[in-house]
Amino acid sequence: MFRWIVWRDLVLAWRRRTDVLATLFFFVIVVSLYPLGIGPEVQLLRRIAPGVVWVAALLASMLSLGRLFGNDYQDGSLEQILLTPQPVYLLVFGKVFAHWLVSEIPLVVIAPVVGLQFGLSENTLAIIVLSLLLGTPVLSMIGSIGAALTLGLRSANVLVALLVLPLYVPVLIFGAGAIEASIGGLSAKPYLLLQAATLVLAIVFAPGATSAALRISVE
Amino acid sequence: MSKTTISWYKYAAPANFYPLAGKMVPWFAIASALIFIVGLYISFFVAPTDFQQGNSYRIIFIHVPAAWMGMFLYVLLAIYAGIGWAFNARLASMMATAIAPTGAIFTFISLVTGSLWGRPAWGVWWVWDARLTSTLILMFLYIGFISLQSSIEDPRRADRAGAVLALVGVINVPIIYFSVQWWNSLHQGATITAKSFKMAPSMLAAMLILLAACWIYSIAVVLARVRCIIREREREAPWLAEAV
Repeated sequence: MFRWIVWRDLVLAWRRRTDVLATLFFFVIVVSLYPLGIGPEVQLLRRIAPGVVWVAALLASMLSLGRLFGNDYQDGSLEQILLTPQPVYLLVFGKVFAHWLVSEIPLVVIAPVVGLQFGLSENTLAIIVLSLLLGTPVLSMIGSIGAALTLGLRSANVLVALLVLPLYVPVLIFGAGAIEASIGGLSAKPYLLLQAATLVLAIVFAPGATSAALRISVE
Repeated sequence: MSKTTISWYKYAAPANFYPLAGKMVPWFAIASALIFIVGLYISFFVAPTDFQQGNSYRIIFIHVPAAWMGMFLYVLLAIYAGIGWAFNARLASMMATAIAPTGAIFTFISLVTGSLWGRPAWGVWWVWDARLTSTLILMFLYIGFISLQSSIEDPRRADRAGAVLALVGVINVPIIYFSVQWWNSLHQGATITAKSFKMAPSMLAAMLILLAACWIYSIAVVLARVRCIIREREREAPWLAEAV
C-alpha cells in the first residue's frame, strides 16, 4: 500500500514535470539573487551562504505544498484514499515521502552546484548535501500538516506560509548551523545529529497530526 | 463555593455558561481595574528608582506580566482546544478561540515594551536574543492560529483545525526555544541581560500585583468574548432568545 501510493504520486508528478522544474528553478533563482543584491565579495558571500541556501530551500518547499493534497482533494480521490481500511498514517507517510522525492530531492542535488557560486569548498558542499538530506524531509513533514489544515480554503497558499514558517525555525537553525560550522572549520556533527533527532521526531508525530488534519478537512 | 454542590458539567453547556459568564464579567472587570490601580501606584510611587537604569526600568512592571501572560495563554489555549477536540466540547473550543486575541495582544505588548526598554537599557531597539526571538515566534504562532480559524467558515472545522495547529505549536514551542537559544549562544556570545539588578521587595510586589491584574483582566475579556462567540454561533437556539 505504501509502495503503491508512492508509485502513484511519482507517476502523477512525472506527468506534470513542469511543476517540479518550476520549484527547482525557483530555488536556483532565489539563491542567485542574493549575490546580485549584496555584491560579489567572496568573503561576504561565504558568510551568508548557509542562511541563503536554507531560506531558499524553505521557501521553495513551501511552494509545492499546495500540490501535496490539493489535486487529490479536488478530484475526490483523497476521500477514497482515506476510506481505505489501511492505516491513514502509512498513506500520509507515503504521500509525504513521494512529495519529498519529487520536490526536495532535486533541490538537494542542485544545491552543491549552486553552492559553487558562493565560493564554498568541497567539504562544505558535502555538508550542504547532508544537512539538506536530513532537513528537507522535516520540511515536507511539517508542511504536510499545514497543507492538510488549509485544504480547500480560499487563501490556502498564504495561510500555509503563515502556519508553517514559524514551525520551520528549528530546521533552519540546525541546517544553517551545520553548514556554517563546516565553513568555519568546525565539526558539523552536533548539528547533523540535532537534525537527525528532529527528523525522527517529525516522522513519529507529523504523519499522525496530518492524518488528523486531513480527516477534519475532508469531512 | 464548595466543589461538591456544583455540577461542573452543567456549565459545559453554552446555555448554562452564557448567563454565568455574564454575571462574572463585571466582577472580574472591576477587580482587575482596582488591582491595576494599586499595582500601578506601587510601581510608580512606592518602588524605588533603580541605581543602574534610573526610572526606565519601570517598564518591567508591564513587560514581565505581559510576557508571562502571552506564554501562559498559549498553553491554556492549546489545552482548551485539545479538550474541545478530544471530547467534542463546543464551549472549550469557543474558549480557545476567545483566548487567542488576548494572548496575541499580550505577546505584542511584551515585544513593544521590551523594545522600548531595550533602547535605554541596551542602547538598541532590538537584539536577536533567544528570549526576544522566541517571543516573536510565539506571536507568529498566535497569528497563524487566528488567521487559520478566521479563514475557515464552518465553525466546527475551524475549532478542530485550530486544535491541531495549537497542539503542534505547543509541542514545537520548547524545540523552537532551545534551538533559538543554541543559535544565539553559538553566534554572538553572551548578550547583556537585564537581570543584573537585585529586586527590591516593593518592585517584586508591584510586578506580582500587576501580574494578577493582567490575569484577571484576561479572564474578564475572554469571558466577554466567549459570550459574543456563543451568541454568534448559537443564534438559532431558542434559549438564547430567552436569555437576551
